[in-house]
Amino acid sequence: MNDQADTVDNGEDEEIVLADLSDEELVEQMHDDLYDGMRDEIVEGTNILLERGWSAEKTLNDALVEGMRIVGIDFRDGILFVPEVLLAANAMKGGMEILRPLLAETGVKPIGKMVIGTVKGDIHDIGKNLVAMMMEGAGFTVINIGINNAVEDYLAAIEEHEPDILGMSALLTTTMPYMKVVIDELVSRGMRDDYIVLVGGAPLNEEFGEAIGADAYCRDAAQAAVTATRLVEERRAAAVA
Amino acid sequence: MSRQRTLVIACGALAREINQLKKTNGWEHLELTCIDAALHFTPDKIPAALRERIRENRDQYDDIYIAYAECGTRGEIDKIIEEEGIERLPGAHCYQFFAGQEPFAEMSEEEPGTFYLTDFLVRHFDRLVMRSLGLDKHPELRDMYFGNYKRVIYLSQSMDEKLVDGAKRAAETLGLAFEQVHTGYGDLETSLRQKLDGNADGQKNNHLLA
Repeated sequence: MNDQADTVDNGEDEEIVLADLSDEELVEQMHDDLYDGMRDEIVEGTNILLERGWSAEKTLNDALVEGMRIVGIDFRDGILFVPEVLLAANAMKGGMEILRPLLAETGVKPIGKMVIGTVKGDIHDIGKNLVAMMMEGAGFTVINIGINNAVEDYLAAIEEHEPDILGMSALLTTTMPYMKVVIDELVSRGMRDDYIVLVGGAPLNEEFGEAIGADAYCRDAAQAAVTATRLVEERRAAAVA
Repeated sequence: MSRQRTLVIACGALAREINQLKKTNGWEHLELTCIDAALHFTPDKIPAALRERIRENRDQYDDIYIAYAECGTRGEIDKIIEEEGIERLPGAHCYQFFAGQEPFAEMSEEEPGTFYLTDFLVRHFDRLVMRSLGLDKHPELRDMYFGNYKRVIYLSQSMDEKLVDGAKRAAETLGLAFEQVHTGYGDLETSLRQKLDGNADGQKNNHLLA
């Protein structure tokens, strides 16, 4: 008796050999693989593009960042959920591990520097880590100071790293007011205008960001990267003018 | 004096508890309608569902109470209840109602990395935690979700040994230490009693238990 599986061949299981694809096809396939959270395939695709002479920067932007941008859009639109985003992020991390040292070697000046951390009393870091990854992908140097940060931790990190941007994240309604504590401390020390302050997290909204005196509320990781780039460029343009 | 008909619109996570309180306290004038607790995973959909339920029912009842948490809706529930003329009681979420505001604040301050379970969450742990977070298919994600957590506190409403065992198993699955704090119905009972018994005087009130 025939096994039913032997009689069904719809071609969907045909194995794709990444090395056989054209550059354009491979990048498109990597977007699909990122979407599906396939880390090994992303690592393989990244290596193939580099072997073909692609720069680390082009590989990062065209294959990884663009793929994660699509993931971000579908997450925002409710097509993808947190588990899928985490798998995609994990896959992107695989590619980033290859590209990071190469990017460092190129000596390309980062767009800017960001210190980012979750506020005191809050241990949630999934969103923050996604932001850190997308910011890195957008060309920022990111200093991720982790979770449960008191105002002193932010101040110490700012003093040590002299960033352009301070990013704060919170998942809880009970911890998000702490962002204002940090901003108020910056104001009282006369340091507020030295930094762009970005805030984000599930319970926040634009009004909250404005009310506490942040420069912008960022709804998701992709928006954070776009907003950060815009604000840094605006600030530099204003400084030159 | 006949009591007013009161509708409680609740998160599904509180349905069993409110029904039990209704039975225990003889609140025959209370009726309950629930919104799917799984909407917590898409919190942006909660306010619209809440508004729809309020509008479907507001002409049929003398009073409406809403037993719902803020649940990461970015202040949207507050906007809805303001539009609908419904008040919001203090409290951030249902854990606070069960544990009481001060004890809950103490627990959270003592260890921010605490994952809370209630009877409802223990009963539906596999569906609402393991499956919804994708951990049934991708157990490798566990530490991305729970790596910063240190302990599970099971805020128990009943004293059901099977649920205690289930909560212990859940903690083990998540790789966390286990503690149980028996809260009973906590401030949920107090608040409902105060509002429902207080309504016998005929005043019209709409409140959110948050």
